Amino acid sequence: MFWELLQQHFVHSALLAGAVVSVVAGAIGVFVVARGLSFAVHAISELGFTGAAGALVVGIDPVAGLVAGSLAVGAVLGVLSLRGSERDSSIGAVLAFGLGLGVLFLSLYQGYATEATNLLFGSIVGVSGAQVRSLAIVAALVLAALAALYRPLLFASVDPEVAEARGVPVRTLSVAVFLLLALATAEAVQVVGVLLVLTLVITPAAAAQRLTARPGIAVLLSIAIALVSTEGGILLSLEKDWPTSFFITAISFAAYVGARLYGTTTTPSASA
Amino acid sequence: MTDEPVVSARGLALRFGARELFAGLDLELRRGELVAVLGPNGAGKTSLVRILLGLVAPSAGHVTIGGHDPSRNRARVGYVPQQRAFDRDLPLRGRDLVRLGLDGHRWGLGRLSSGPAAQVDAALASVGASAYADTPVGVLSGGEQQRLRVAQALVCNPRLLLVDEPLLSLDLAHQRIVVGLLDAHRRATGTPVLFVTHDVNPVLPFVDRVLYLAGGTWAIGTVDEVMTSETLSRLYGTDVDVLRVRGRIVVVGVPDDEHHH
Repeated sequence: MFWELLQQHFVHSALLAGAVVSVVAGAIGVFVVARGLSFAVHAISELGFTGAAGALVVGIDPVAGLVAGSLAVGAVLGVLSLRGSERDSSIGAVLAFGLGLGVLFLSLYQGYATEATNLLFGSIVGVSGAQVRSLAIVAALVLAALAALYRPLLFASVDPEVAEARGVPVRTLSVAVFLLLALATAEAVQVVGVLLVLTLVITPAAAAQRLTARPGIAVLLSIAIALVSTEGGILLSLEKDWPTSFFITAISFAAYVGARLYGTTTTPSASA
Repeated sequence: MTDEPVVSARGLALRFGARELFAGLDLELRRGELVAVLGPNGAGKTSLVRILLGLVAPSAGHVTIGGHDPSRNRARVGYVPQQRAFDRDLPLRGRDLVRLGLDGHRWGLGRLSSGPAAQVDAALASVGASAYADTPVGVLSGGEQQRLRVAQALVCNPRLLLVDEPLLSLDLAHQRIVVGLLDAHRRATGTPVLFVTHDVNPVLPFVDRVLYLAGGTWAIGTVDEVMTSETLSRLYGTDVDVLRVRGRIVVVGVPDDEHHH
């Protein structure tokens, strides 16, 4: 069964899409974690869901609605550049209403309920060739931007005060990182779904920074963990008929727990 | 070296709405000088630093650094902020923090060429931080972090050092070390230091002049000229006593009692 499925074109598409999305999510995750934006990721993905549900109602491509919704929230959060508890509480307030809208849109939508389920929980094995192509284009864009911005973005993320003093455009970078995050999140939603996006954007990065104190290595490790989680999850779901998203979250969580255990058994200087 | 002042400020004023922090401020910083900026919270000490960094435009007057506008000089100005906590699991080593001070403002991934790495090593060695250069910054003590901060500011070979309360929350021994490092560097290289602090005592042995901001006005001069009951009473507009106790300066009677321990 497993080997038969592995010959299938749709499985190849799924593996390819999973790889593309993992690289993007793993890479941006390190900056997201360093900036303490986990809750913002959640908000961006759930409001991406609202956008997608709205798109279903008016009869356009839900992916377009997903990207639009994510970008809109990312832009607002970036421009407001709120900090600390004010950021969390305002995200919470907007998030709750956005989800309420999403529920309304879904109830208005007369089509197949699977569309909604796919949005919430992911539909990696249903990904089309065209979808893989657009995923790859967006991924290339985000990765190119991350590479170009890498040093000032790292500077502004870990040491904003001195970065600003050295002439790094800290506020502009904050908006940029939210927009890139919105694109990366919209990508990840198409693999693991709205509710499980954190498993690719946050968990691998959180695990990676337990394993190394070198920023560049942390980015590479985060990408690797996201890749192993996604591809491993897809392969396991061929073997056993459980949801792919479950396997992906299980592997990335195992990596996180393992990294934490490793982090507590090594001294900080040894892990450097 | 010429005797042109490194920092030249003329008629600087800063207002936030109706509130005037200072006006008509003239300040020159010459090579090798260490000038302390003193005053209560909210007097405009940090705002003055931000003007010199080109991050805040003065309400009046103008300032040049090395003859240029401050915003064009940021790559050659070393900045040391007050100590703040890093997350313990932040993936950033001491040497990464210092490296950011060298080329963190440049675009792109950066290459692992040996030139910058050697500069970073030299800066780490100059502050005695080589031993923990590969340790995550989040697990270092406040004193160790501030040494790295000094290295981060020195690594770009600055023509001016701006330090803003770098001693806050450090114990006495580390205060001495950090001040000593800055003092040694300006003596060795002639790089002037503008040292913002709420307490003059840690820098007392090294300071050439004092700029005191308070009550919307200011005074500048040597410690003996500025740190007097007469001058501070004039600035605060109330009776303030400046006492010398065992080689320390104690200021008594400052309104709101918001500084000086």
